Amino acid sequence: MTGISRRAALRALSFGVTSTLALTAGMALAEGDTVKIGYAVARTGPSATGAGITTIPNYELWVDSVNKAGGLTLPDGSKKMIEVVEYDNRSANQDLVRAIERLASQDKVDLILPPWGTGANLAIAPLMAKFGYPQLAVTAVTDKAPEFAARWDRSFWMLGGGHDYAKGLVDVLAAARDAGTINGKVAVVSVADGFGIDLINGARPAFEEAGFELVYDKTYPLGTSDFAALMSEAQGSGADSFVAFSYPPGSFGMTKTAQSMGYNPKVFYISVGGAFPIYPGVADGKAEGVMAIGGVNADSPAIQDYFARHTEFTGKAPDSWASAITYASLEMLEQAVERVGLDHAALAAELSGGTFETVIGEVKLEDNQLRDLWWVGQWQGGAFRAVNPGDKDGASAPVIPKPEW
Amino acid sequence: MIRILLPLIGLALLTVLPNYISDYGLGLLIGAATYVTLASAWALFSGQTHYISLATVAFYGTGAYTVAVLNEALPYPAVLACAALIGGAMALVVGLSTLRLQGVYFVIFSFGLAELTRQLITWYEVNVTGTLGRYIFLDITTRQIYWQMLALGAATLALTAWINRSRLGLALRVIGDDETVAAHSGINLARTKLIAFVLSAMILTLAGAITSPRYVYVEPAIVFNPTVSFLTVIMALLGGANRLWGPALGAVPLFLAFEYLSSNFPDTYPIFLGLLFIGVVFLVPNGLLAKLETLTARKAPQTKEART
Amino acid sequence: MLMTTLILGLVLGGTYALLALGLTLQYGIARIMNLAYGELTLAAAFLVVAFFQGAGLSPLLSLPAIALAGYGAGWLLYQVMMRPLVARSGGSGRLEVDSILATFGLLFLIQGVLLVSFGADFTSISYLDRGVSVLGVSVALNRLIAFGICILAGTALVTALRTTSWGLRMRAVALTPGSAPLVGIDVNRVARQGFALGSALAAIGGASVSMYQTFSATDGVVFTMKALVIVIMGGVGNVPGALAAGFALGLLETFVATAIDPGLTLAATFAIFLAVLLWRPQGLFGARS
Repeated sequence: MTGISRRAALRALSFGVTSTLALTAGMALAEGDTVKIGYAVARTGPSATGAGITTIPNYELWVDSVNKAGGLTLPDGSKKMIEVVEYDNRSANQDLVRAIERLASQDKVDLILPPWGTGANLAIAPLMAKFGYPQLAVTAVTDKAPEFAARWDRSFWMLGGGHDYAKGLVDVLAAARDAGTINGKVAVVSVADGFGIDLINGARPAFEEAGFELVYDKTYPLGTSDFAALMSEAQGSGADSFVAFSYPPGSFGMTKTAQSMGYNPKVFYISVGGAFPIYPGVADGKAEGVMAIGGVNADSPAIQDYFARHTEFTGKAPDSWASAITYASLEMLEQAVERVGLDHAALAAELSGGTFETVIGEVKLEDNQLRDLWWVGQWQGGAFRAVNPGDKDGASAPVIPKPEW
Repeated sequence: MIRILLPLIGLALLTVLPNYISDYGLGLLIGAATYVTLASAWALFSGQTHYISLATVAFYGTGAYTVAVLNEALPYPAVLACAALIGGAMALVVGLSTLRLQGVYFVIFSFGLAELTRQLITWYEVNVTGTLGRYIFLDITTRQIYWQMLALGAATLALTAWINRSRLGLALRVIGDDETVAAHSGINLARTKLIAFVLSAMILTLAGAITSPRYVYVEPAIVFNPTVSFLTVIMALLGGANRLWGPALGAVPLFLAFEYLSSNFPDTYPIFLGLLFIGVVFLVPNGLLAKLETLTARKAPQTKEART
Repeated sequence: MLMTTLILGLVLGGTYALLALGLTLQYGIARIMNLAYGELTLAAAFLVVAFFQGAGLSPLLSLPAIALAGYGAGWLLYQVMMRPLVARSGGSGRLEVDSILATFGLLFLIQGVLLVSFGADFTSISYLDRGVSVLGVSVALNRLIAFGICILAGTALVTALRTTSWGLRMRAVALTPGSAPLVGIDVNRVARQGFALGSALAAIGGASVSMYQTFSATDGVVFTMKALVIVIMGGVGNVPGALAAGFALGLLETFVATAIDPGLTLAATFAIFLAVLLWRPQGLFGARS
């Protein structure tokens, strides 16, 4: 009970604090003395889980730390407190689009932070472009990012595309196969959803090119809760590597099923959810060696400090994939505001061309995209560590084969 | 005369309204117009017959998907026509096989239909076309979407008004009262229900098609959101599903209430929403219009006597 | 291979059937189409997890308490919310619409409370996750337990309904609520018991779900739907029917996943469900219409 109630209490407290801050700030200071930042995130509906793990806690943590430090610094050195305007998009694009219109035309906020999810970010992109706001789309994995960045020149795409992650994984597996650790057979399952399909479409040619044989390659519908049949097929396929392009319920379900049926592939890879702080608990403490999408440089002091602050503020650790990047995007925004102020065109230009110091290190976007990302991570010694790209600073060496459950 | 004139004046005012409001105001208008259309179209079939359909989103989503698939291949008006035809064809097939189901069986069937449609489209996209998300890049402004939706909503109300006066409307009412009686009085049950169901489905599909350019990105999980079906039912019933203006009267305040709640109480909004529903069921069981009538009747019993 | 499919399918079917038992009672006896059924299940699952993580109470131990709490909650819900609706409808078709609307409101209400108290995170615990070999097929122990609970609860219910006078009254109300009072049955009381018992079963279902599945506060409607499909397939209010339909559905899903395409499992579920609705709306095992 303690874990949950404490989290709930903290959540309530943080709201109280932010809203009181916003309220007092709004009352004490005349119009224009605060920076109004708006966001429409999913508090309810299917996207609420993703937003609740990756997006909302980081927004709240960032607003809290900026305001505690006296506010956002502007080019002239003055500071302005952040005032938050928040709406629930109910996980529905109709409501999301309207909320963005409201933030832009009714509340006239200075900045708009993006919602969670690829579809949601795409839905608001034309509006953000129309109103001129820069859009730092973090939680959107799409292979069409270059196209979108070109179409909406104030949009920034910071989580790569499906084929990047697929290719990173294939690199790791190919190295292990070349070293003779695993065979050339792979069993892969993917969730029937934009994300899963993007990844599998990137993975099929990459595996083929690297000389792997996909001995089991199936897609399962979103909402599947039982993986016993799927996993027993994968187990019987003779593959040394099990790869799942999955969402958290699937990632967790497959882990549990693999454990209970004693399925011990040499490589066990899952996607979203694998980098969540609750994953080791889900895996009953046997997460060691499990690979998943994303990763952080767990040895970096900036990341360690960020994890500690996040844990203290929200009561739980952040996930080791998109959370740090979300926070980094906010730091970029903060630094860009300090350099060029709140003018949208200038901000967009600065975000596009500037260099920023963030929790994930020094960030410089290429063609409005963050390309310097971690593709594959692995649980090693209780922390989720990035293992690919292997030549990137802070990468750990992958451990293959994975120890038995 | 006034019963025709007033709505026309209202329609004219609504048409020019976008010139005087902000983008958000326009967004609200689109949302309200969409739900008025959905609820009225739903009531066109379900209001008279008492067949509670939860398949609204099956048609609405199909409309959005049709636009997503065809928007680069065909000119926009042709896409809309295709959407309406596909929705109608789907309703015909479904209706032919299912309209003999009654009561809760129909409710659940229609719910299952929405899910089945979503699963089949997903499976088809994944296994046949190999993509799942689709993009809609159409040069249609928000105002144009609003005007289209307004026109569709007005057409739906006009159609309902016409049906209510026609033989079809009478037949539907008799069916709603008692199917056995209806059959005995020579009404072709299957045909009557089918016509209303197909008309209603075509409007729902068109509504989905018209709003879809606003999302840019279409994916089954996004367009087949079951909440749309539920909200439509609640709105129509709140206003009074068997009256011409009932669904519209339910849709507008509920839509605004949701908007207010989700922006002012993002955290506790579902709780308020739940209480609101329960409140509606207990306090205005026959719809707002009926409630209003009982209230006025109680105040002035003589006038009611005189009127009837 | 066939053996694997068979055993995995039966175990899965058991967990499904357990979810549906309560709903079939609620609709069959109390005539309440409870759209918030999944939320009740979910609330129980969250409570079990909270006890487990907070007090270290194992889910199996908290199960009786949860079931009792479920009974109490169902009793209260019926008395406060459903009873006035039943009274108002006077036995007409009105109740169906009203109960759908009211429980739809309840769905949001419970979901909101769950979101506020437990957050939007995925919840998953590790409890009895080890595999057990059943005729050479490895099955997760927690699922096997859910299967066992289902068999136990199902058989107990069927026996009680068949052989006791309490069961006779229940069946009388389920069959002809209009004429049950003529033979001195307090319909309200029986309906309340049926609804409360259904809620208790929902809670037991939720407790078992918490052992083997990842869930979040917004998942309730998934459970409701699965339960609905089974209830309809088995015949509304038909307990043995629901059990059989649950097993059939588990077998079907497993068969489709292994032999055809895992991508079609849910589509197959709904297709079969729609087919049953059309072909035998009284359910696969219901003789009466």
